[in-house]
Amino acid sequence: MKQSEFLNVVMPFKDKLYRLAKRLLVSTEEAEDATQEILLKLWSKNDRMKQYASVEAFAMTMTKNFCLDRLKSKQANNLKLVHSNYTDSNASLQRQVEAQDSVNWVEKIMESLPEQQKMALQLRDVEQYSFEEIGKMLEMTPAAVRVALSRARKTVRQKLMEKHNYGIA
Amino acid sequence: MELHNIEKLLEKYFEATTTVAEEEAIKAYFLKGDVAPHLQEYTTMFTYFSNAKEETYTKQVPLKPRKRNYKWLSVAAVAVLVLGIYFGNDYREQKEAEYVLQETEKAFSLIAQNLNKGTEKLVYLNKFEEATNKIYKTN
Repeated sequence: MKQSEFLNVVMPFKDKLYRLAKRLLVSTEEAEDATQEILLKLWSKNDRMKQYASVEAFAMTMTKNFCLDRLKSKQANNLKLVHSNYTDSNASLQRQVEAQDSVNWVEKIMESLPEQQKMALQLRDVEQYSFEEIGKMLEMTPAAVRVALSRARKTVRQKLMEKHNYGIA
Repeated sequence: MELHNIEKLLEKYFEATTTVAEEEAIKAYFLKGDVAPHLQEYTTMFTYFSNAKEETYTKQVPLKPRKRNYKWLSVAAVAVLVLGIYFGNDYREQKEAEYVLQETEKAFSLIAQNLNKGTEKLVYLNKFEEATNKIYKTN
């Protein structure tokens, strides 16, 4: 496979790889590094790429495994970069600030979820994959994906409600 | 979309039994802005999800370091080695031959020198003949 062909295959989903990596690793820099690593790995395997039923699903699985390894490794524990680069929108309206704040809450809440639920939520509610696709990517059955997703959504709702009520009280 | 319908979909959404299309509908409802007051809390959730999809990977992918064909590199190395040994041998043989030639030349010149010494002495043989001739004539 030539470089241009490879790019045509990979470009449509590279952002999805990056977003999944960022969801798991939280830090922008680490997610960028991970994405680059995955793309280079894919490129080095490019002669075998036609054998895979779905390159996208395969790449997603690679990203998942890579990031989970990263999280497990001591290296990641030693230099955990905490994501703090929230966008400073200079919003003058109080309401706008508040809205932005609670949107960021969702991100924080998602950070606190277990990895599997995090990924299920990311792949479904952000990337809109089907349960079958997510199952393939996460190496789970579609039914298990459904359960994880339901739990994740309910947790997010519950924590969001708590935050809201806390803000009022 | 009808409020009743949305409420129903939301319920299904939290049980994770909605289809992708239904979830799209929910999202569209909340992003439109005209949300019923008691559902307001969910807006942040769906706003976040659609915001999260905007993030993109902007770094350039350095694809240049494509795996080289090390197979051919080793073939080339072996070829260089074999040629080196082959021509190296030739060269050594040539040097050896030159050395032998030099030595033999030295030996020959030594022989020639001694031979010349020998022939020098032969002059006396002529004198001997002259002398004998004289003797014979006088006789």
